Amino acid sequence: MSTNVPVEATVDHRAPLFKRLPVISHFNKSVGLQRGMLVIGLVLTGTFLLTAIFAPLIAPFGFAQLSDADGSFPTQEPPGGKHLWGTTVGGYDVFSRVIWGSQTAVLVIVVAVVLSIFAGVILGLVSGYIGGWLDRILVVVADAIYAFPSLLVAIVMAIVISGGQSSLFGGVLAAAISITVVFIPQYFRVIRAETIRLKAEPFVESAKVVGASSIRIMSRHIYRNATRTLPLIFTLNASEAILTLAGLGFLGFGIEPSSAAEWGFDLNKALADTTSGIWWTGVFPGLAIVWTVLGLTLVGESINDLNDPRLRGRKKAASGKGGPDSSAGDQAAIEAEVRSA
Amino acid sequence: MTVNIDRRGTGTGPVLDIDHLEVTFATDAGDVYAVKDVSLEVNPGEVLAIVGESGSGKTVTAKTILGLLPETATSRGAVLINGNNVISVSATELRQIRGRDVAMVFQEPSTALNPVFTVGWQIAEGIRAHAGGPGRRRVSAKDAKARAIDALRKVGIPDPETRVNYYPHQFSGGQKQRVVIAAALALNPGLIVADEPTTALDVTVQAEILELLRDLRDTYGTSIVLITHNMGVVADLADRVVVMYQGDVVEEASVKTLFAEPRQDYTKKLLAAVPHLGRNSASEGMTERAHQGGKVLVEAKGLTIEYPGRLGSPAFKAVDGVSFTVSEGEVFGLVGESGSGKTTIGRAIAGLNRTTGGSLSVLGYEMLNLKERTFKPLRKDIGFVFQDPAASFNPQLTIGDCVAEPLIIHTNPSPAQARKRVGELLESVQLPASYADRFPHELSGGQRQRASLARALILNPKLLIADEPTSALDVSVQAKVLELFKEIQQEFGFAALFISHDLAVVDMLSHWVGVLYHGKLVEQGIGHHVMGAPRHDYTKRLIASLPVPDPAEQAKRREDHRALLGI
Repeated sequence: MSTNVPVEATVDHRAPLFKRLPVISHFNKSVGLQRGMLVIGLVLTGTFLLTAIFAPLIAPFGFAQLSDADGSFPTQEPPGGKHLWGTTVGGYDVFSRVIWGSQTAVLVIVVAVVLSIFAGVILGLVSGYIGGWLDRILVVVADAIYAFPSLLVAIVMAIVISGGQSSLFGGVLAAAISITVVFIPQYFRVIRAETIRLKAEPFVESAKVVGASSIRIMSRHIYRNATRTLPLIFTLNASEAILTLAGLGFLGFGIEPSSAAEWGFDLNKALADTTSGIWWTGVFPGLAIVWTVLGLTLVGESINDLNDPRLRGRKKAASGKGGPDSSAGDQAAIEAEVRSA
Repeated sequence: MTVNIDRRGTGTGPVLDIDHLEVTFATDAGDVYAVKDVSLEVNPGEVLAIVGESGSGKTVTAKTILGLLPETATSRGAVLINGNNVISVSATELRQIRGRDVAMVFQEPSTALNPVFTVGWQIAEGIRAHAGGPGRRRVSAKDAKARAIDALRKVGIPDPETRVNYYPHQFSGGQKQRVVIAAALALNPGLIVADEPTTALDVTVQAEILELLRDLRDTYGTSIVLITHNMGVVADLADRVVVMYQGDVVEEASVKTLFAEPRQDYTKKLLAAVPHLGRNSASEGMTERAHQGGKVLVEAKGLTIEYPGRLGSPAFKAVDGVSFTVSEGEVFGLVGESGSGKTTIGRAIAGLNRTTGGSLSVLGYEMLNLKERTFKPLRKDIGFVFQDPAASFNPQLTIGDCVAEPLIIHTNPSPAQARKRVGELLESVQLPASYADRFPHELSGGQRQRASLARALILNPKLLIADEPTSALDVSVQAKVLELFKEIQQEFGFAALFISHDLAVVDMLSHWVGVLYHGKLVEQGIGHHVMGAPRHDYTKRLIASLPVPDPAEQAKRREDHRALLGI
């Protein structure tokens, strides 16, 4: 029956490339509350990214600027007038520092997540596919790192890497690498688990039977099938990276105010202000963190729900007489789904 | 409760009446009409079989009867069970109906039972769920257990007083299915919906379960809705048959009429495609083993394959002292039930499993101490076709890339050469060369299995191992793939090891057949000799328990089978 399907019956069903990109494809298949969550997340994240990109245009002053043509900035000035969100005890402009802080945050997230994805994916593939003692050692190391509070590991790494130095580059890199170390086990475990699952799949066995080498099997057959969940972990980790960076800055292991703006550091400096009723130095960097983390988490959680057919909401089936447009393939898929439910 | 609830048994009307049922699913690709317009009824004490290929909507219909459809489904029409419309009743009423008026037997008994509770508890759960509530007496644990023991006895579990406290893993597959049936029977429902109740079971066990279902009908007058794709099962058990195709009822007739004179073209095609043991045998007319002049490609002498046991338990012998040969150009059929070791042998020949004893020589290479590096050059002479065509293709690569993979690994051709060769191969398995640019999910199951055959043949191997290549396919597709396999084998002349649990399929293709039982090769011989005049007791039982798609013949075979088992 279906073996003799005429050629035109199964033309290429694949949507154009841009519609298959992670977030866009998720948006297209979402409905109702899930779409609402995704849209809010995307708006929050979008503003965060745009702010980072256009920081030099948006911010009225530099992040380390203490004076302009009119002379030194006043200290601890309430919001309003020239200094939109007031100034700090040191005389920095809060608004400018919050805007510039987004740039630091993006930089750290990108470096940290990219580094950990590379390392985690390669280690996960090798460990999962080859197995044996190498696998055991890597798993033990990953578990050991997991057992530490992530902030503690990050602090240790910050000290080891920068040795107390805090230039923009050094500071960002130190923060990024310390976050990387914390995140590698996550990527490692996810990719390793997928690899072990895929290793037993018939298509990998069929590659083995035709004589493909281990490297070819890992790179051509397993890698692309194992990385489907990465966009999801990426977004969830990005929000965690912001929190770790802010935590590091808050504890004083971040970046000096003269090198770059950093929300966690500003929060730390605002601690003393709260008792004297100066709220603006703490609230705005804090809100910036909440804004960014909330945005990234909403995007991540929505993608998570949308990736899972059982969690994904769908429009109710339209009423009306049965139409001829459902192919046997769709029905077979339904039957499989119904049976497994 | 309303009055109409207790109408069961008083009237003589149908137990189940489905009237213009439509089921629509909301999916990412839009609405799918799984069931378009189905009307049928089941009378008391009747076995109604719903047959059809995958995607025909038979399972969806069955699930609707118990109100088990997922949230994404919308159903319209009426499904009346003893006067209650399952589609419109409230959730509470639906729960009352389930178990008391209608119960379900699932396909896979190992997953239908909860592994952490005893079977007695699981059977009693249904009894307890329906007791209690306003105006009714609660059932004590002791009573519930006594009724569970009763139910187990009904389904022929030996020593039910002890076995009631067993956990599911302590039963064999067939016994588990009996337990599932016992749970369905616990409240003595008038109707049992059995969704492919024997598909996951071996043929010999299948025969027992079918026997049990027939007994239940005869003794207790239970009506059964039997969902199946196996025409042999239909011929064995059903009174009336409904044939479904793409969500519609194509034909409805009594079982004798349907098999004797099908009216619709689709039904005719479906029946013609069912492999029938003893017809169309590849070894027809042969009196001695063919192809013995050529080189021996595979030779097993006392081959033993063990799987290491867990700490403290002995190793498991999957294959135990098996000896056979496969010569050039010969098709060797290996049959056996699940766990007989047939797949293990196939995988060992392809170097996917290690052998642990005896000798297995493949193309002159001794597999006992397999070194991947020295065996690799020989891999180009071995093709392998996997059971599940959907899973054996990398979903990220196009069919062309997948088929070309062996070529690229062994001969390193230019892209144009590879493309040309892939095109040739696809055409020889009767797929258009343009399919090379498609992705595996864009092909149907049969098409994928053809592509899989093309991949196995692209290097012109001397030996092809086919591990249940058609058991994941629908009958009509299976028939075409088998025919193609036969043609290609004659054209290319490769030797083949054809592994299957389906005797009729093996008989259609193989010149020489070996029967495996618990890791031992109990019988081997020319195909039609083994099928026609089996010598070993196990082979006799295996062949006798295979239901044939012909009600009259099957009734006769059933008697023979009973005689063989001494019932």
